[in-house]
Amino acid sequence: MPLYYDDDQTMLAETASQFMAEEGSIKNQLRHWRDRNCKDGFGHGLWKQFAEMGFTGMLVGEDDGGLGMGQVEANIVLEEIGRNLTPSPFLSSSVLAATALKHGSNDVKGRWLPDLVSGDKVYAVAIDEGIKHRPERIACRAEKSGNGFRLSGKKDFVVYGASSEMIVVAARTSGSDADKDGVTLFAVPQDAAGMSHDSVRLVDASMASHVTFDNVELDGDAVIGEVDGGRDVLNAMLISGRVGSAAEGVGVARGAMDMTVDYIKQRKQFGKVIGEFQALQHRASHLYSEVEIARAVTIKAAQLFDAGSEKADLMASVAKAKVAKVAGLAVREGVQMHGGIGMTDEYDIGLYMKRERALQEFLGDQYYHAGRVAEMSGY
Amino acid sequence: MSDTDLEGFRAETRAWLEANCPPEMREPVRDEDDVYWGGRNATFKNDAQKAWFEACRDKGYTVPAWPKEYGGAGLSPAQAKVLREEMAAIGARPPLSSFGIWMLGPALLHFGTEGQKQRFLNEIARGEIRWCQGYSEPGSGSDLVSLQTYGEDKGDHWVVNGQKIWTSYADKADWIFCLVRTDKENKYQGITFMLYDMASPGVSTKPILLISGSSPFCETFFDDVEVPKSYGEDVPAYVGQVNRGWDVAKYLLGHEREMISGADGGDRTSAIGAAMLRLSGELDPVLRAELAQFDVDALAYSAMGEKFLDEIKVGKAHPAQPNMMKYAGTELNKRRHELMMAAGGTRALEWDSGETDGGKPSRNWLRTKANSIEGGTSEVMLNVISKRILDLPGA
Ligand SMILES: Cc1cc2nc3c(=O)[nH]c(=O)nc-3n(C[C@H](O)[C@H](O)[C@H](O)COP(=O)(O)OP(=O)(O)OC[C@H]3O[C@@H](n4cnc5c(N)ncnc54)[C@H](O)[C@@H]3O)c2cc1C
Ligand SMILES: Cc1cc2nc3c(=O)[nH]c(=O)nc-3n(C[C@H](O)[C@H](O)[C@H](O)COP(=O)(O)OP(=O)(O)OC[C@H]3O[C@@H](n4cnc5c(N)ncnc54)[C@H](O)[C@@H]3O)c2cc1C
Repeated sequence: MPLYYDDDQTMLAETASQFMAEEGSIKNQLRHWRDRNCKDGFGHGLWKQFAEMGFTGMLVGEDDGGLGMGQVEANIVLEEIGRNLTPSPFLSSSVLAATALKHGSNDVKGRWLPDLVSGDKVYAVAIDEGIKHRPERIACRAEKSGNGFRLSGKKDFVVYGASSEMIVVAARTSGSDADKDGVTLFAVPQDAAGMSHDSVRLVDASMASHVTFDNVELDGDAVIGEVDGGRDVLNAMLISGRVGSAAEGVGVARGAMDMTVDYIKQRKQFGKVIGEFQALQHRASHLYSEVEIARAVTIKAAQLFDAGSEKADLMASVAKAKVAKVAGLAVREGVQMHGGIGMTDEYDIGLYMKRERALQEFLGDQYYHAGRVAEMSGY
Repeated sequence: MSDTDLEGFRAETRAWLEANCPPEMREPVRDEDDVYWGGRNATFKNDAQKAWFEACRDKGYTVPAWPKEYGGAGLSPAQAKVLREEMAAIGARPPLSSFGIWMLGPALLHFGTEGQKQRFLNEIARGEIRWCQGYSEPGSGSDLVSLQTYGEDKGDHWVVNGQKIWTSYADKADWIFCLVRTDKENKYQGITFMLYDMASPGVSTKPILLISGSSPFCETFFDDVEVPKSYGEDVPAYVGQVNRGWDVAKYLLGHEREMISGADGGDRTSAIGAAMLRLSGELDPVLRAELAQFDVDALAYSAMGEKFLDEIKVGKAHPAQPNMMKYAGTELNKRRHELMMAAGGTRALEWDSGETDGGKPSRNWLRTKANSIEGGTSEVMLNVISKRILDLPGA
């Protein structure tokens, strides 16, 4: 498969780009909700529009009312989300939760997918249990109880958790914390007794929850996939989410870079536009090269995942690590090259820096993923 | 070509490679001695190298994508990609390396007359004539267009005087493609792209010893060299038009940069880390971390290489993209060798020992330092990106 978009994908990119720049713009969405201290951190009106555009159910199969598209297409939307810093539950609900639900029984799909596709409900995922991403260890426990389970433990960094009607929870049903087997995924409804959220605003104005499960009673039909055999579904979900957040990171990097290059073409000091100084030109050109490379490997990872390739896991980590490095560079250079104005809240470049920091931690930072690359390469 | 035809071609190619590529030619190239360059005085390192070269030459696989009438195999871009992939899969070495293939050939395909193509492309494809590149001069490196070597018009020939520098393999080359000023008034439109025999009276070379201990580079002197304007009907001695050689030179530099960038679209993981772990038993954690970061960059760059080639095929790549590939690829290659030296420890320092095959690690490491200089420096690549892609003012 060639590493560029085909005609349909190009059309989707144009549509998504226009939509996000208009409806999902920083002014209309991120600043609007942030300045109102909105407890959801995103706008439900916009989310309804996402559904009308067909975005919410992109990864849901056609039999289940979705569009049956792939990661490449979801990434196209995510890149535009990143570029406009559009706050939305797209990544957690339409990418991560959707990927998990794809592996559920028909009952599970029938219960949750229609509302996901229609945009009536949003879902979240609960994986991490500490301050760093470490899905190899799952301590949260679900004990057999009657014909169902009783869930206890804590999850961290559940993005948009408090606004979600359902949370996909990875819990341990047997074995010890670091075992590969013995993990099961559950669809836990918002109103489950014993589940509580401590919802906090993050640096990028998004919302995330510390979730506590105190003997939460779950029916047997809350299980997604196989009991004790959830690791494969979890891994698929992680790859999809990592590749997706890489795409959003590429968007953040491009957004920050474009703004910065634009700025240095306008701003005058020492009687010249500062873009004439080679000290800035070379850094901008280096950044451009890095962003192009990060984008290429993200497309590659998405294609491999869609093709069901064994290499998708490795390339997802390469993409996540590369994008994190590059997006970090883009926002740091962005703020620096804007000079003093880059430090003001009024100017948008700082918002890119904040989003990049949050995205970096989501599903593993550059160090975590570089470490995985070393491991998978045999050293 | 349909997918099934392409799969048929793949099967055929695989069988052909199996039958024709000797096992010795499936080992990684360790240094420039392992490479066959062709030419009038060429010698083969061993029988396997000879057999592999001849099989490829007869099949048109020294230049697979060139038309058959010029010595190629006439493969479509999709077929050429299949061949590249199949060769990469068995680690096959290139059968013939040459400046003729990488640089002059593409320029002739684009700007050459039919007569020039018939003659020179066939010679290049068959490895008969070895070419060198006469661009740089002592006073004209990055600022190439300031070159001074002068060709005085004498009607049916020029008399060329001047000096070139850094001419790779000038002492081994049969012919030179050379930038010569033919109009002193016109900076850009006063340069002619000439082709002539290095055996012409008045041409002399002097090797330059590099920090790597080898000296494939030369100073090249032209002392009243007579260059005829034509080598026969429809075979002018210059490419393109007289005084318009700069266009040809720039076109060719694009190909040179692509070649130096190492963007072959192959799926080359560095695998340094695993190899070093085997050698030394354990890796210093900080070095391991550096290696991991390098692998991330190298694997990402290899995806970029693939994307770049795919986009070139359908005309989607930005025309200045080769500059970006050259910049990123050469900086990465330098880093690769820094890490190999670090991981190789004291063994990698041995300059003259059997253990290191005559100091290969350190010599190769030193050689890579030129990657970001030859064919235009990294700084110049960044200038070009600033100007042509980012559209920054005054760049
Ligand atoms: C938090 C904060 C507190 C401050 N406090 C004070 C204060 O108390 N009093 C006061 O007077 N000022 C204060 N300043 C202003 C500060 O001194 C200026 O922001 C600073 O001098 C940079 O100027 P600028 O913001 O106009 O950026 P610019 O001069 O517009 O620079 C933009 C970018 O271009 C680069 N650039 C500019 N010229 C060149 C060149 N020739 N070559 C290469 N690159 C170049 C810069 O390095 C920068 O990256 C403060 C600024 C901040 C952010
Ligand atoms: C191993 C090797 C093989 C080569 N092979 C050939 C060959 O076969 N044929 C041939 O013709 N040439 C060849 N070259 C020459 C090569 O193309 C030149 O060395 C190169 O273009 C740089 O020119 P220079 O060495 O004169 O450096 P200079 O142009 O003097 O540059 C010196 C430094 O200044 C920097 N610099 C220069 N201008 C600028 C600018 N505008 N902005 C910012 N920085 C700048 C450069 O980046 C560099 O770091 C070879 C060189 C090497 C090292």
